[in-house]
Parts: sequence; structure tokens; C-alpha cells
Amino acid sequence: MINKTRLSEWGGLVLVWLAIVALFGLLAEHFLSAATFTTLAGRLPALAVIAAGMTLVVVSGGIDLSVGSVMALCGAVLGLAVTQWKWPLLAAVPLAILTGAAAGLTNGLLTAGLRIPSFLVTLGLLEVCRGLSYAVSGSRTLFIGAGIEPLARPLPFLGVPATVPAALLVVVTAQILLSKTVFGRHLVAIGTNENAVRLAGIDTRRAKVTVFLLSGALAGVAAVFAVARLGSADPNAGTGLELAAIAAVVIGGTSLAGGTGSVIGSLLGVLVIATLEAGLAQLGASEPLKRMVTGGVIIAAVAADGLRRRLSADRD
Amino acid sequence: MTGRSSSPGPQPIDHSGAARPGPMPAVIQVEGISKAYSVPVLSNVSLEVLAGEVHVLMGANGAGKSTLAAIIGGLNTADSGRILRHDRPLRARSRREAQSQGIVMVLQELNLIPTLSVAENLFLDCLPHSLGFVDRKTLHSRARRALARVGLDQLEVATPLGRLGIGQRQLVEIARALERKCELLILDEPTAALSVREVEILFANIRRLQALSVGILYITHRLDELPRIASRVSVLCDGRCVAEYAGGEVAHERLIRDMAGGVVERPSPSTARLAGPMLLSVEGISGGSRREALSLGVRAGEIVGLAGLVGAGRTELLRSIFGADRRQSGTVSVAGGPPIRPGSPRAAVAAGIGMLPEDRRHDGLLLSQSVRVNATLATLSRHSRHGWLDRRSERAAAEGICTRLDVRCAGIEQPVRRLSGGNQQKVVLGRWLDAGCRVLLCDEPTRGVDAAAKATIHARLRAFVADGGAVLLASGELSELRAVCDRVLVMAEGIFVAEFGGEWSDEEVTAAAFTRAFSAEGAGSDRLWEEGKQ
Repeated sequence: MINKTRLSEWGGLVLVWLAIVALFGLLAEHFLSAATFTTLAGRLPALAVIAAGMTLVVVSGGIDLSVGSVMALCGAVLGLAVTQWKWPLLAAVPLAILTGAAAGLTNGLLTAGLRIPSFLVTLGLLEVCRGLSYAVSGSRTLFIGAGIEPLARPLPFLGVPATVPAALLVVVTAQILLSKTVFGRHLVAIGTNENAVRLAGIDTRRAKVTVFLLSGALAGVAAVFAVARLGSADPNAGTGLELAAIAAVVIGGTSLAGGTGSVIGSLLGVLVIATLEAGLAQLGASEPLKRMVTGGVIIAAVAADGLRRRLSADRD
Repeated sequence: MTGRSSSPGPQPIDHSGAARPGPMPAVIQVEGISKAYSVPVLSNVSLEVLAGEVHVLMGANGAGKSTLAAIIGGLNTADSGRILRHDRPLRARSRREAQSQGIVMVLQELNLIPTLSVAENLFLDCLPHSLGFVDRKTLHSRARRALARVGLDQLEVATPLGRLGIGQRQLVEIARALERKCELLILDEPTAALSVREVEILFANIRRLQALSVGILYITHRLDELPRIASRVSVLCDGRCVAEYAGGEVAHERLIRDMAGGVVERPSPSTARLAGPMLLSVEGISGGSRREALSLGVRAGEIVGLAGLVGAGRTELLRSIFGADRRQSGTVSVAGGPPIRPGSPRAAVAAGIGMLPEDRRHDGLLLSQSVRVNATLATLSRHSRHGWLDRRSERAAAEGICTRLDVRCAGIEQPVRRLSGGNQQKVVLGRWLDAGCRVLLCDEPTRGVDAAAKATIHARLRAFVADGGAVLLASGELSELRAVCDRVLVMAEGIFVAEFGGEWSDEEVTAAAFTRAFSAEGAGSDRLWEEGKQ
């Protein structure tokens, strides 16, 4: 739900992001440059759409650990369809997204039908889909080349590739879905108290299956973005991506306990994480240091959020 | 069993304090406490509790009783005012600090861990140990002694707490409180979930503590408890202390007027009740541990009460009719329609059944969500078009519910967690009334609800059946059944043992509920057997 609290949360995140940008601007000579901007614009879309799906799942009280592997699988399917079967992109892209949707549906049916916690179901699917992506691709990177790259080339007037507006569209749509539709309300309600929702006569299973299906499909969309950027499908793509997405979601103010959250917040979370990584890379920070700083920022963000919540709880 | 104080008997209770040798010292003095969130909750409240007295605090839900108790118990802090303990200002910033000062609070929401054993729960903060290992033998013997003190000497101390009923859990919580150094005991609606027998045990314990000069601050909604335990009664209304009476013999009308701050809504007395066509038909239902199948019917315009002891199967029956739990056999139908798919609350709601669950916090409400979200949860299809929420219609519905049911809240965007129990229950009731359901299943609809809100809920239920609805209402309070029901079915051991229509006396109903339990002795469950011994 978009209200004053939510807007102030988003405002706070924007300030944090601007502070990070300013800091790196001071520290690194070339940080405030077109090159950084382009790097960010290339990397953001995939993580942003995955975080959007993850937000919906987390708001409903679940979690989807399989997104990284599902993305790799979808990429592999895309690569296979284009390179081996010689499908046109217009057919191969929908196939990749459908593959993600199928994986998501599996997650949803197992979680809602067998009442297994989504943590375990999606942990299982994480392994299964990674295996499938190796099987589909023959454990090789599939080169697609020029066919798909235009998607990742900067658009004439915007200066960013088409994937950026596409990702924004996904984020905005997901936010509207969450705050303006009955489905979104059901997700929030289920994340708050599934039992009470069931006893109010609502089919909780349908909403749960749908949200996992969406998350899977969005992993498929992310796969298309990622493949477009590299011009190839890597079966190892997206390793650890689920953790980056969860971090972005949490930094964005969504509670891991479910029942409250926003997709726009998650987008800002993605922005913060990606900017941080880009900035540290420019400073020449080593990989170990990059990871430690990122980890520290995640903890700091969540701690600050918890503190703010407690203060506001004291007030009302 | 011998040591148990199951005979509360005619122990002398000192109401006036005059017979005591000299005035007793105050264990706590509250002076001019104020507290405000967005609105003032407490304004300049002063009261004291003397050693050895039971100071009863009454008031409508939302009057500030629990907040006051929480401030004294160290769970909350006041904006202004002070608390004196032995004439020295008390500063307790946590429950633990208050406890170290001899102030023990038994919370309304039980603070126990279901997966641990009863014994572990009792001594969680001071487990006896040697070399870091828990000394189970000492633990269990200490636990047995603590439980005997509250009359639970039949209870196996290694039982996981989660297996206990809510009444027994409450006694365990009290037993835990009694194990601590205790000069002031704060009990917040301790009898709300207790059976008749458990209440007797609690009262006996209270009297023993009084004899030990423990001061007791006792919050309750039950007027009938006053003559039995109160040394003094204070009434809070809208955060102010509006009246104080010595002794417990205060006219009920007067207290209710004090609490309501004016007028009280009364349920229209049973006027000409024309039983209409059969609305709810239940045929041969059985499920869970029940062996026998149950059938019943409720007609339009009728409120049927379900009486019985704790554990008699009232809740299970309602839940199985609603489909909250799976049932093994039987059919449920509304107004002669097709049988409703078992085990599906959704099918029940679609057929026009609504339920006010016994545990509204766990089964009925989305606590962190707003009044609006809670009120419209079951009717979103009406407040949306093609899946898009219609905010205006949703808001109008929520505001309508708040007005019609007199829900006291700071607006429909306030989280229901912040509402008092009575107002929370009104939100759940309003949800179903707004959903246009024709049959309401109510499980203890006014447990933990103050007198004024209770009257509102009863009046709404009567109005609901007057408009052609049907209500099946389970309650442990005979006065409630008498106030609203057209007939009463008595349950024991999971079956119906008696039915009363028209005039009935408390004794008849109680006798019916207990007779069955007596005859079931030996064969029945331990719990019922214990109940029957009373």
C-alpha cells in the first residue's frame, strides 16, 4: 500500500543512494561518468525484475531461492532454441519466459499443495534447475551473437538499452499489482496471517501458486536481459543471484516475515547494491573487500530499518 | 489431590480493611500517570494497592486498563506522573526489572513456549543446573511443587506446554509468577479463558496470597467476580479514573454506567421471535476424535446456544461445520441448498456462513493490518472491479462497519493490533455482517470483551437474526447464553446431552454438562474427568 510511510521510506532510500553516489564521486575520479552509468544500466535490469518477483513472494510470506538457477535454465533454453533449433527470437524469447513460468508453477504447486515451506521447495528447485540448465546446454556457453544484442544496445535518445525501460515497466506493474489489485491484497493478507485469510473464505492456494509462477516467469525475463547483454547463454549464470535479490528486497523495506513491502523499494535496493558494487570496482577494491563491504551495508540497512520501525512503533 | 484448595469455602475475606490490625501499607502508589499515543490513553490516573488487598480495575475495552497495568509492570513507560514503591519512586524499564522489585505481571497474552515442557516453562529464567547441564530431577520436583500450588498437581511436568488447554496454560503462567518474589501481583483478565473449576482454584490462590500480604491489581470484565474477591474497585473510563468503591458489593448498573461513561446499549429483550425456515442444517457430522455423529438445525430468526465445559467439543463442532478442520462424515447445508464441500471455509463462506473464531487474534485478524483491510477481507470481490480494488467503496464499507458497530478507533487506517479486544471483535463481526452472510457461527464472541462492547455485539447479533439470519453461538458464560439465545444445546464429551428452550436455570444447564462428564468418568478424557470432579 502506498501511503505516507511508504513514500518517506522510498525518499530515505533515494537519499542513501545519492549519498553513496556522492561518496564515490569524491573518492573515485571517474565515477561520475557516462561509463559508470552505462555499466549500471546494463547490469540493473535483470536483478531488478528478479527482485520484483521476489518482493511479491516475500510479501506473501514465502521466499524463492530458485530464481538464479531458473534464470540460467531459461537462458540455456533460449540459447538452445536460437542456436540449435534455429528458432526466431520472437518465438525463443516467449519460450524462455514460459520455461521460467513452468519452474515457478512447480514451486507454487509444491509449496501450496503439499504445504512444504517455500524455503525448502525452492532450495530443491535451485539444484534441479541448475542441473537442468547444464543438461540443456551441454554445460557449454551458447553463443547467440548479433541476433539478440540490439536489445542491450543503448537506445538513440534515452542513452540506455531497451532492457532498462522494460525492467522499469515490470517494476511499476508489479507495484500496481501489489497495491491496487485484489491479488495484491491477498498476498499481503496471506503474508500477515494465512490462517485468518483461509478462515475468511479466501483461496490462499491460488494466490500462492500464482505468485511463484510470476517469480519464475520474471526469472525468465531476467534471463532474456542477461543473455542480451552478453550475447550468449551461460549455464553458470545467476549463481548467488537469489541472495542479491533478497538483499535488495530487504534493503527496500520489505519484511522477510511477510505482510508488508514494496516493489519500488526493492528497485531502490537494487540500485543501492549495484551502485555500491560499481563504485567499489572503480576504486579498485579487491573482490574479497567488495563482498565484505556489500555484506556490511546489507546488515546496516536492515539494522537501520529495524531501529526506525521500533521508534515508530513506540510513537503510535 | 489432598493438598489442593478445591474448597474455596467460606474463608473470611476482608472487604473493608477495617478489621485488619492497623492500616496496611501500600505496596504501590500510582500518582497522576498520563500516557498518550496519538490520543490520550491515560490522563492523570492515581490509585494505590495496599498489601493484602485485591484492587479490581474495571473499564470498557480501550479505557486504558491494560496500558496502566503495563506501565506498572514495567512493560511500558508513562509520559508523566510517578509510581511510588515504599514511598520511593520506582523506575522499572522492563518486566524483568519490575520483577526484581517484587512486581509480577501475568500477561493477558500468555508468554509461554509451546514446545518446551511445563517444567521448563516454569523455570526458564532460572533452570537448576550443574556444570551447565540442566538438573532435570530438581527441576521436575520444583515444578511439581509449583503446580500443586495452583491445583494442577495431576499434570505431568514433562508434558509439552503446547498440549495444554488455554485454561491450564493460564494456571501455569500464574504458577510461574508465584514462584518469584512477589509483593504486587498484576492479573490482567485472568479468568477470561478459565473454566469454572479453574476459576475457583485461582480465587483460592488469590486469597492465600492476600493472607501473605501480597497486593493484587486485578483487571476483569466480569461483574459477578467482584463480590467474591474485590477489596476495592476502581473504574477507568476513557483514560480517567471515574469512580472508586470500597468492597465488591457495587450495583452492576452503576458500574456499567461508569464504564460506559453514560448510556449502555441493551439487547432488545426476546420479543416475539418467529422461527423461520431452516437455515443451517447439519447432518451426522463427525470428525477429529469424536466418535458420535451430531445433527442440528438452526432456523432463520434464531440464536442457538452451545453450552458445555471446556473441552466439551463446542469449538470443534463449530470449526467442523465451517470447514476450518476436516471432518470425516456428515453434511452441512444452508437453506436447503446442496451439501457444502467439507474442509473448505471458502465453500462455507460462498454458501453464506461466517465464523467468529474463538481465538480471534490467531484465526480472525491480520493484526498488523489496518481496520479497513481487516473489515473488507471477506468482501474484496464486492469492493473491486475485474480484480482492481475500488478504494472508495472499500473505505466506505469499513467506515460503515465502524459506525454501525461503534468500533472505537483512531480511523480506519489504524492497525487492528492497536484496538482493544472488544473493538477487534467488532471488526470481525462487521466483516461478516458486511459480507451478507446468513448464518453466523460464533465461538466465545465476547471473551475478553468489556460490558459495553459486549452489549453492542449482542444487540447486533439479535438484529442479525431479526433480519432473517441464524446464529449458532458457543459460550462458557451462561449469562451470555441467557441474554441472547432462543434455545441452548448442552454438549459434553463431544455430543449433545440436553436441550433447553424458553425458561432454563443455570443449575439445570450446569447439571446437564456435568452429569455426562461424571458418567464418563474412567472412559472420558483426563481433562473432562478433571472438570467433572469439581
